[in-house]
Amino acid sequence: MASIAQAVRMALHYGEKHLGVTDVFGEDVGPPLGGVFTVTQGLKTAWNTPLDERGIIGTAMGIAYAGGRPVCEIQFCDYAFNVLDMFKIAGNQRWASAGEFDMPIVVMTPTGAGIRGSLYHSHCFESWASRIPGWKVVMPSNALDAYGLMIAAIKDPNPVFMLLPKALLRARDTRLLPGEPADADELSRMIDAPIGDRTDWQPQWPDMEEYIVPIGKAELVREGGDGTVISYGRLLPLCVQAADELARDHGHSFDVIDLRSIFPYDWEMISRSVQKTGRVLIVNEDTEITNYAEHLLRRVVDEHFYDLTIRPRTLMGKHIPGIGMNQNYEINSVPQLGDVRAALRELATDPA
Amino acid sequence: MPELNEDSSDLDSGSPRRTTRTAAPAVIRSGREVISAELALTLFRQMIRTRVLEERSIKMSKSGEAYFWIGGPGEEAFNVCLGLQVHRGHGPAFDYLHLHYRNAGVMLAMGMPMINHVRQLAMRQTDPHSRGRNFVGHYAVKAWNVVPVSSVIEVQFAMAPGTALIQKRHGGEGITMVVGGEAGTAEGDFETCLNWSTRPGQELPVLMLVTNNRYGISTDLHTVCAEKLVSDRAAPYGIRAESVDGNDPVLVWNALDRAMRYCRRERKPFLLEAMVSRLHGHSSSSGAQRVWGETDVLATFEQKLIDCGAIDSVAVQAMKDEAKAEADAAVVAAMKEPEPTREDVYRFTYAPSEVDAVYPKDYTGLPGAK
Repeated sequence: MASIAQAVRMALHYGEKHLGVTDVFGEDVGPPLGGVFTVTQGLKTAWNTPLDERGIIGTAMGIAYAGGRPVCEIQFCDYAFNVLDMFKIAGNQRWASAGEFDMPIVVMTPTGAGIRGSLYHSHCFESWASRIPGWKVVMPSNALDAYGLMIAAIKDPNPVFMLLPKALLRARDTRLLPGEPADADELSRMIDAPIGDRTDWQPQWPDMEEYIVPIGKAELVREGGDGTVISYGRLLPLCVQAADELARDHGHSFDVIDLRSIFPYDWEMISRSVQKTGRVLIVNEDTEITNYAEHLLRRVVDEHFYDLTIRPRTLMGKHIPGIGMNQNYEINSVPQLGDVRAALRELATDPA
Repeated sequence: MPELNEDSSDLDSGSPRRTTRTAAPAVIRSGREVISAELALTLFRQMIRTRVLEERSIKMSKSGEAYFWIGGPGEEAFNVCLGLQVHRGHGPAFDYLHLHYRNAGVMLAMGMPMINHVRQLAMRQTDPHSRGRNFVGHYAVKAWNVVPVSSVIEVQFAMAPGTALIQKRHGGEGITMVVGGEAGTAEGDFETCLNWSTRPGQELPVLMLVTNNRYGISTDLHTVCAEKLVSDRAAPYGIRAESVDGNDPVLVWNALDRAMRYCRRERKPFLLEAMVSRLHGHSSSSGAQRVWGETDVLATFEQKLIDCGAIDSVAVQAMKDEAKAEADAAVVAAMKEPEPTREDVYRFTYAPSEVDAVYPKDYTGLPGAK
C-alpha cells in the first residue's frame, strides 16, 4: 500500500543496508527536509549539497571512481539541463576507457506534469535521457515497480536514470511491497517524518526484502486483441483506465504495455504484441518533436510494416516552450484521460 | 634540411654550452629555495623525455600517422615535478588524478612507458587508455587512480570533490589532485570545486592545480578576465593558495611539495597556480608550430645545470639521444600494432549486470535486434 515516494525511500534504505549505498545526496535531500517529495526522509547516508547540479553529478562520478555507491537527486528534471555534458561523460566512461572505469551511479529526478508545476516544474526528461548512450533509463508507474526498479538501479554497475513521475509520487499501490506492513497508517507512523520539529525523529524501518524489476523488462498490464498501447510513467494509469472503460462500454480489449524501462526497452514484448494486434499506439507526455516514442514508432515501422493493419500512431505532448500555469494550458497541451480514451477508441475502430 | 612546415627541434638548437664540468654541486638553488642536484638531474631527464615525446607526437600529427595532437610543451617542469610526487596506486589510500590534456609529463614521471602514449596517438587497439577511441593525452589508468581525461573543459573540477570525499572518510594521506588551465577557471565547475571542498566540517583533501599559460586557444586571458591571479579565487573560501613560476623547476618542486604536504596532513584543499609557457600553441588545430619569445623551461634549466656544474653538454646530449631513441622505438613498435576493428565498436559500453534483461554482458546494438 506504499506510495511511490515511500517505496523509493524503502528501496534506498534497503540499498544502504544491504547493497553498499554510501551516499544519497542532492539539494534538500538530507535532514531536516529529506527531499521536497519526502523520498529521502530518514536515510542514514542522506546529505544536503550546495545548490549546484553540476557539483552533484560531478561528485557522484568522483564517489563512484573511488569505490563508493552514490544515489543522487536532481530536485526537478527541469534543473538537469545544465548537466547534460556531464551525463554524457558519465555515460561514456566505460567506453572511453575501454573497460577500465565503470560508473555505478543512480540519478533520480522527478519528471513530467500533473502537479500544477508551471513552466519550470513540468518538463519531461525521458527523451533527453534516451539520447545519452551508456546510461540505462527506468521509469515506474507504481510503487512496487518503483521499489524493484530502484533496487535494480542500485545493483546495476552502470549509470542509471531513475525517472520519477512526480504526479504519481503520492499514489498508493494496491499491492504490498515485500516486507511492508499491511497497514498503510502503520507504515506512515514508521517511516514518514513528523510535520514540524523532527530533530529527534528516527525512522523505524520495516524489515524489507529484496525485490528486483529487471531493467529492460516491460509488464503486460492488460491483455487484448484490438490494439497495442505502449506507455509508462504518469500516463500509464490513464491508458489502463481508458482501456478498462472501453472494455466495459464497447467491448474493446487492448494489450497495455507498461514499458518501465525506457532504455534498454523490452522490444520482444512490443514486437510480439504488434504482430498479434497489427495496431499500435504509443502514449507519453513529452513534447512531440524528437520524442522517444518516435524511436519506438520507427522500429515498429521498420520491423513490422507488413504486420500493421492500420497506421501506427502516437499520443504526445504539444511542442510548446512550457506548461502554462492556468490549467487550460496544461489540459490542452498534455494528453488527458479524454485524449487517451479517444486515441484508444480510434486505435480499435479505425478500419483496416 | 627540415621541411618548410616543420620546426627544428628545440633540442638541437641553443647557445654554446660549457663542455667540461666544474665541481659538481650538492644542491641546485633558486633564490632561497633548493633541491638536491640528484633530484634536479632526475627532473631534467624526465623533462627531456617529455619534450621529446611531445615533439615526436607533433611530427606524427603532421605526417598523417596521427590525426590530432594536443599536449604540454612548456609545462614540463610542472608536470614532471607533479608526477614524481604522486603517491601512485589504486584506491583511496593513494592519490587520485583528474588530469587534463597537457599532462604527458605527469604520466611519464609516474612511470608510463612512452609507447602507451603513442598507442593512443596512433589509435591502436592496444591503446590501454581508450582502445584507439580518444585524442592523445586523454589517459585513463585505473591501477594508478588516473580517471579518464575528457576534452570538455573543467568538468574534472566538479568530479574531484567526489574522490576526495571518499579519501577523507578513508583516512591516511591519499589526496585528490585536479589539473586544468587558467582559461577553464571561467567555467562554473572551478567554483564548484572551491565550494564543495570547503563545506564547513567537510573540508576535502583536494589539490587544485591551475597551469596558467595566459591563453584559451587564441584568446588572451587579459581580454576576457579582470582577475590578476587565479589563486586569488581561493580567498573567499578560506583556501590556502599560492602562485609559482612554472618555468623554475626548483620553485615548482617545492611549491608542489608544500601544497601536497598540507593536503595530505590537514585533509583540506589547496589551490596552486603555476605560470607556464605554451611553446606549440593550443594544439595541431592551431598548427602546433613552435612559438618563440616565451621562456623555454627546458633550455633555461639546461643552462642552469651546466652553469653550476651539475651536468655537462656531453651528458646532456646523451640524455637527449637516449630519449629520442626511446620515442622512435615506441613509434616504430606502436605503428606495427593492430587497429581497432568493426567488432570493437560496441565493446565496453556496459559493465556486466545481473539485473539487466537486455544487456547482461555488454551492449549488443538496439534492444532485441536480431
